[in-house]
Order: sequence, then C-alpha cells, then structure tokens
Amino acid sequence: MIPTSVELLLECCAALLGLSAFAVPFARRAWATPLVYSACLVVALAAGGLALRHLLMAAPAPDSVVLPLGLPWVGARFRLDALAAVFLVVVNLGAAVASLYALGYGRHEPEPQRVLPFYPVFLAGMNLVVLADDAFSFLVVWEVMSLSSWALVMARHRDADNARAGYVYLLMASFGAICLLLAFGLLAGQEGGYAFDAIRSHPPSPIAAGFVLALAILGAGSKAGLVPLHVWLPLAHPAAPSHVSALMSGVMTKVAIYAFIRIVFDLAGAPAPWWSLVILAMGGATATMGILYALLQNDLKRFLAYSTVENVGIIFIALGLGMAFKAQHMALAAALAVTAALFHVINHSLFKSLLFFGAGAVQGAMGERDMERFGGLIGRMPQTALAFLIGCVAISALPPLNGFVSEWLVFQAILLSPKLDASALKIMIPAVGALLALAAALTAAAFVRAFGITFLGRPRSVAAAEASETDRWSRAAMFACCGLCLAAGVLPGFVIDAIVPAVQSLVGGRMTPQAAQPWLSIVPIAEARSSYNGLLVLGFVAASASLAAFVIHRFGSHAFRRAPAWDCGFPDPSPATQYTAGSFAQPIRRVFGPFVFGVREEVDMPAPGDTRAASIRVVVHDRIWETLYAPIAGGIDYVAGRLNHLQFLTIRRYLSLVFLALVGLLLVLAIWL
Amino acid sequence: MALIRDLAIQATQMTLVLALAPLLTGFIRKLKARLVRRQGPPLLQPYRDLMRLMKKEVVLADNASWLFRVAPYLIFAATWVAAALVPTFATGLLFSWSADLIAIIALLGSARFFLALAAMDVGTSFGGIGSSREMMIATLAEPAMIMIVFSLALLAGSTQLSSVATYMLSPHVGLRVTLGMALVALIMVAIAENSRIPIDNPATHLELTMVHEAMVLEYSGRHLAVIELAASLKLLLYVSLIACLFLPWGLAPAGSGGLALAIGLASYLGKLALAGGLLALFETAIAKMRVFRAPEFLGAALMLGFLGTLLLFVSRGGLR
Repeated sequence: MIPTSVELLLECCAALLGLSAFAVPFARRAWATPLVYSACLVVALAAGGLALRHLLMAAPAPDSVVLPLGLPWVGARFRLDALAAVFLVVVNLGAAVASLYALGYGRHEPEPQRVLPFYPVFLAGMNLVVLADDAFSFLVVWEVMSLSSWALVMARHRDADNARAGYVYLLMASFGAICLLLAFGLLAGQEGGYAFDAIRSHPPSPIAAGFVLALAILGAGSKAGLVPLHVWLPLAHPAAPSHVSALMSGVMTKVAIYAFIRIVFDLAGAPAPWWSLVILAMGGATATMGILYALLQNDLKRFLAYSTVENVGIIFIALGLGMAFKAQHMALAAALAVTAALFHVINHSLFKSLLFFGAGAVQGAMGERDMERFGGLIGRMPQTALAFLIGCVAISALPPLNGFVSEWLVFQAILLSPKLDASALKIMIPAVGALLALAAALTAAAFVRAFGITFLGRPRSVAAAEASETDRWSRAAMFACCGLCLAAGVLPGFVIDAIVPAVQSLVGGRMTPQAAQPWLSIVPIAEARSSYNGLLVLGFVAASASLAAFVIHRFGSHAFRRAPAWDCGFPDPSPATQYTAGSFAQPIRRVFGPFVFGVREEVDMPAPGDTRAASIRVVVHDRIWETLYAPIAGGIDYVAGRLNHLQFLTIRRYLSLVFLALVGLLLVLAIWL
Repeated sequence: MALIRDLAIQATQMTLVLALAPLLTGFIRKLKARLVRRQGPPLLQPYRDLMRLMKKEVVLADNASWLFRVAPYLIFAATWVAAALVPTFATGLLFSWSADLIAIIALLGSARFFLALAAMDVGTSFGGIGSSREMMIATLAEPAMIMIVFSLALLAGSTQLSSVATYMLSPHVGLRVTLGMALVALIMVAIAENSRIPIDNPATHLELTMVHEAMVLEYSGRHLAVIELAASLKLLLYVSLIACLFLPWGLAPAGSGGLALAIGLASYLGKLALAGGLLALFETAIAKMRVFRAPEFLGAALMLGFLGTLLLFVSRGGLR
C-alpha cells in the first residue's frame, strides 16, 4: 500500500525525534554537528516537498490518520489539509535554510550538547502542531515545541540575561498554553469531543465562540508576539543561537498564527462580528508599537525580534480584515485579506530568517551584538552585507521584492472596506490603514538605521575593523533566502495561486487565478481597479539603471580617484564623530517618544569656561512593562512573601492546615452541588 | 501596429519626463531669482551643470564602498520609472497598469532608502544627519501620502492613476471636501518630499538645517549628476501627479489620435509652468522652518489625509 502524505510527514517527524535521541549521547563528537544538521536539512526538504505537492494538487482532499496514542477514546489524530500544507511549507522551508546555515554556524557552538538534541525536536514539534487534528495532541505537541525552544533559548544559560529571558519565556509560554487549554475545553463542549472533526460538527454558540476567540488571542497571540503579550519575545529570540533565533522569529511565530487561524476561522464557528475590531486594533497597535520599540534598540538581534512583533501585527491586521469581510459574507474581499495574511506569513518567514542569519554572521565576526560597536562591515563582509541589504529592502516593503506585494495586498483589502456595513469598523479601518502606513514608513527608517550603522560608515571598534567574512554554508543559506525573496516578489501570482485552496477552505471564496493574467501581473479584483507587476518593475528599474550607467560611462567620464572624505572640508579622523544608532533614531524618538515611551532628555551643559564634560541622559519608559507586568510581578512577589512563613510551621500546624483545607473543600462541594 | 504606436507613446513619455525635468528646475530657479530682483541663471543652466558634472572624474572618499557607487544609478532608475508611470499628457499608456499609485510611492521609497544608505556610507556626521532627518520626514510623509491615495482610491474605486484621472474628468466628481483636503495634503507632502522651503532649502549648503544636500555632500562628478537629475525628476513627478489628479483637463485618453496627444502635451506644458510659477512664488514668500517643526507640518498633512479618508468612510453614497 502506498503511504499517504500525512503518514510520510509523520515519518519525517519520527525521523527528527529519532535524530535527537541519537544526538543525546554523541552531541560532543565533532562529526555530530554536520551530521545532525544535514539530516535535518534532508528531512525538512522532504517534508516541505510533500506539503508543497499536496498544495499543488488539482483538488487537494484532506488526508488524515488516527494513531493509537494519547487519549484512548480520541486517539492521536493528524490531518493534512490545504491550510496545514501552506504552513508546513513555511515551517520546513525555514527549517531547511536554518539547517543549511547551521552547517556552518553550528561549528562555532561552544556547547553543542545543549543545542543538538533539542533542535530536531523543535522542528518536529512545529511540524506536528500544524498536523495535529485533535485538541489533546495539539496541546501536547504545542508544549513540545515550547519546551524544546525554551531549552534552545537556555543554551547559553550562564549569561544572566539569557537566564532571565528563559524564565520570562517559560512563564509566558505556560500562560499561553493554559489559555489554549481553556479554549479547547470550551470548543469541546460538555460532550468532550476533542477531535477537530467533532468540534467542527458542533460549533459553539456565538457567546462561547467569543470566549474561545479571546482565549485564542491570549494563547496564540502571546506566542506570536501580539502587543501587549510580546514581552518575552524580544528577550528570548535573541538569546538563542542565531539559526534558532531565525526559526523562532521566522517560523514559530507563524505556527502560533496557524493556531489562531485554525481556531478562529476553522473551529470556532462564527463569533460576534465586533471581534474583528479587537483583532484590528491589536494588530494596528502591535505593528506600530513593535517597530517603534525596534527603532530604540541597539542590540541587532533584539532589534530584529521587535521587528518580528511589527510583522505579526501586519498579519493580524490582514486577518482582522478577513474576519470582518467573512462575517458580512463578502467572500471575495475576505479571500483577498486572508491571501494577504498568508502571503505575508510566507514572506516574513523568508526575510526574517535571512536577517537573523546575517545578524548571526555579524555576531560571529564581532563577538557581540551591540550596533554601536559595528560599522564599515560592508568592506570586510561584502557578501553578508549584500544579503542583509536584500533582506532589509524586502522587509521595508520596497518594490520589487516580496514584502511590498503582501503589504500592497493588505492596502487593497483595506480599500474594499467601505462596503462593510458596520459603523464602528468604518472608523477603525482607516485608522488601522494609517497605522499600517506609519509602520511601513518606520520600518524603512529602522532598517536604514540597522544596515547603515552595522555595515556602512567607518568601523567603530577594533573588532569591526578586523572582522572577516562568514563561512560558505551560512552564505549559501542567506543567498537561498535572497533568491526566494526575489522570486516571491517578481512572481507573486504563483504564490497567490498556490495558497488559493487554503484561503478557499477558510473563507469560502477565492481570488481570480493570477498566473493566467497577462504579463504575470497580479490583479486582486479587476485591472481597472488595481494591478501590480513586480517582474516589469524589476525589469524597468534594471534596464533604466544599466542604460544610465552605460550612457554615462560611454559618453561622459568613467574616471575616478580616491581621496579623503570631503565632509565640508573638516573631516574628523575619529570614527566616534559618526552618527550612531542612538543619534540616528533621535529625531524619530523626539517625534513619537514623548507620547509613546514618555521619553525625557536631560542635557547637562556646563557654562562657558567650565571644563567639566557635558552630558545627555535619555530616560525611556517601557510603559507596557511598567503598567501591566510590573504590578503583576510585584503583586505575586508580595503574596509570596506573605505566604513564606507557611514553610516554617510545626508539624501540628501543618496537620491542622491540611484538615482545614479538607473541610473547606468539602464545604465548597456541599454548597456547589 | 497599435502595439508599436503604444510603445512609441510610452517611450515618448519616458524621454519627455527625463528631458523636461531639468527645465522645470531651471524655470523655478530663474523665476525665484526674478522675484527677488536678481538676474538668475539662464533657463538651460541645469542641463549645462549636468553635462559638466558628467564629464568630470569622480572623487570617491577613501572608504566608500560599492553601495556608494551603485546607489546613484538605482536612485535614478527607481525615480525615472516612477515618473514615467505617472500620466503626463495621456492616460492609459501601454505599461501604466504595471504599477499603481501605491507602487509608485513605494518606488520613490526605494529611491529614498538607497539615498539614505549612501549618505551613511562614508561615515561623516553630515551624511548621518541628512539621512536620519530624511527618514524622520519620510515616516510622516509616507503615511500622509498613503492616506491621500486612500481618499482618491475610495472615490474613484481604483488605485490606478489612469483610472483615477479618468474618474476625475468624469461628471461624477463634483466638489467634495475630501478632494480639497487631499489636494492640500498632497501639496504639503510634495513640498516635504522634494526638500523645498519650508522643510528644506534646495539652494543651501553648509547649513545645519539641510537635509537633502547633506546626504549628497560626498558625491561628485557623474554620480552627483545622476542624483541631481533624479531630484529634478522627483519634482516633476509630484507636479505631474498633482496635475493629473487635480487638473486632469487636456489629458489624452487611451488610444486617441495625434491631435488629442498634441493638446495633451500643450496642456501639460502649461500645467508645469503654472505649478512651477506657484512654487517659486510660495518659496519666495515663506521662511524655512526649524527642522523639528517639520513633524508638525507633516502631521497636519497626515491628519488632513486621514480626515478626508474618514469622511468618505462615514459618508454615504458616491463610493464605488
């Protein structure tokens, strides 16, 4: 009998689990690192290929299998449908490039036994979350994914910052898992039908669906990094080794978005339409706040993690639009919005992996992550610089790369929204559109800053002046991502067509076939309304640039001479006089900071003649942490301090405590029943 | 045959914007000089400057990287393509559907991205100051522009410039508050994006308030020529944009004959002269702002655009 796709995928996951069991005893051996990563690469490619094949089939029918594991009356159910296939492609593509990158990067790992056993489990966990088809297996593999990534975050646990990051991550992951547990409990209802099929056939009442949605926002949203649940993300993602950071930021957040889509669009039936307002508001806030936080970071990897928060916000904006359209039965518009969301999921996984790879290469060359000590790396690491630049252009939503296409689709979906018949949405959607445009513009500024400070200018430290190019595996992984970004940017029609089955299963509508459009344009609704052709734009820009260069070199001059920098006649030899990451962000901080972060600048300028140094002190408040998390943490601390003396009771008092607790519980039961 | 004709018109458009851009810059300079009773440089001076710069050798800073040398061509190409996609004398050109208004704005964003990076390449404080201020201005100007696009696109039911221009010519338009707000906001954005007074001063050097000039300070020779040409093209682009959206009269519709095209061309030249004259008048009459007042100026543009869009969302009827 020919095994079905889902069985083959489960075998891939089993292979990954076996690989990690194998890695436990042998991780310290020199040959273990290349072996584990190349095996992961092969398995990820195979699994991604299987998922892609399922997606590209003419009429993909869901494929399911029940294993005799887990809850006896449910079994462990796994299912491959179009939505799962889209996310499996994202997961395995990210896993494949990360493994390729790790073939080079992983060699420098000081303690491979802390990374190698957990890495394949992490990959398997993410695959299984997407495949799971009952609540029990879903939660189990969700926890496997969380814990294995926690172990990877703690790979360098001796650093106090990493230990704190791991602690916060663990807390937030537990919180999220509890929320999902409750959500599935509500979905299963009193009969306890934990299989997703059973849930689908008995959709919850609209009120219960609302609660499920709120819990999904908390559970999946905390994993994806929705503001204000994002606090763990910028701590934990940078702490892991760079290929794991890439996976956590580029792929694991997408698995969380998958969980959200699966629960809200597929399982929860029809929650009240006003919930889309909440999603839109959270998405808009996440996008803007994420990138504003990013602009203030000097740690390159933390900067990228905050930018992930921003992109998750963009995806949630598109999903919120999709919900609003779906609730009003505008299938075409809903299809456009959800397509935009899924397209951005794919895009973000590509360019965020690329950027984390670049950051990892820089970190490897420099030994640190503080941008203020970088500079001029374009001369020492030209290929990394080129790849990172392509990633920056893509994530800044600039044509002709892929980030632009998905944001363009979101804008097109927003422009369909006046047809919605709900007054609150009519005010919310243009506001969200403005926030999205603001976030896009801030992203460009943030990535000019990141690239400019890291790679351009003069070296700001000895390490930066002596850095060397990264290894060839890492470069291969980066350029593979670059190629995919470019391909998705100039041929977006094929990507849109590929995700059509998933969109159709979620909202019941589909976009018109794009590959059939003349000149491979993408046309969301009609050509008279809007169209975009990345291929032609790329062709025009390339042709115009080469034409200009040719004409000028042919008929003008092509001579050049090197000389000291001009700088208006007074170049300062010290690299410290360059703009720094902090000074680059200062104008934007001045515009948005007082409102968003309560920024205060205190300048201490000595009087003329006084020889003491002037100083400037900038106070930035993280208001979300201070108003939301700090009080909770303080409250728990206080209660724990009060309860502390319970540890020092005599045996008599313990016994009476136990007795009183028993009586109390019995009383509760007596009153309850 | 029709294809060849369409191709010819498209090529004419590309060369036309390229040829006219320095003339518009020269015209404004001349007019500004005359307004303050100076003789001013000849009308063709920008062309001569460009030719002179192109023939000179490039002096590169010692640590300038490949990015510094490639960026001018990319900036120029992105701006040129964007300018060629805005209808000037005719709508519905052969490739007009390849990028809509949002894509045109994003193309200009690409040009700005590379200019800001090139400014940081040599590692001087002037480059950094220009780059960081340019990005600060862009973070407000771009959303304002998107809001303007929203209000126009919601009215016309399209983000394609040709369709919007056709809609603006049709009798459905009428006087709308939103259109007025969008026009004012678009003019404000255009002033900021082109580094004109009161945001920036195109004629200044060695002044701590400069933005665009600070970014191109290290450029010389052919690189500077290409960047100057791109700046002129950007000014022409915004003038053409305002003209095709708010003064669409005379635009030749798709597939029209030679006479219509000639009328379109003549009216386009007239519109350029009018806009240039108004800009010169405005710039001589107003003083430059401190750089940290620019956010207020652009914030006003953003609010105008946003209110215009909001008005469309909450009002009934008229939307397509």
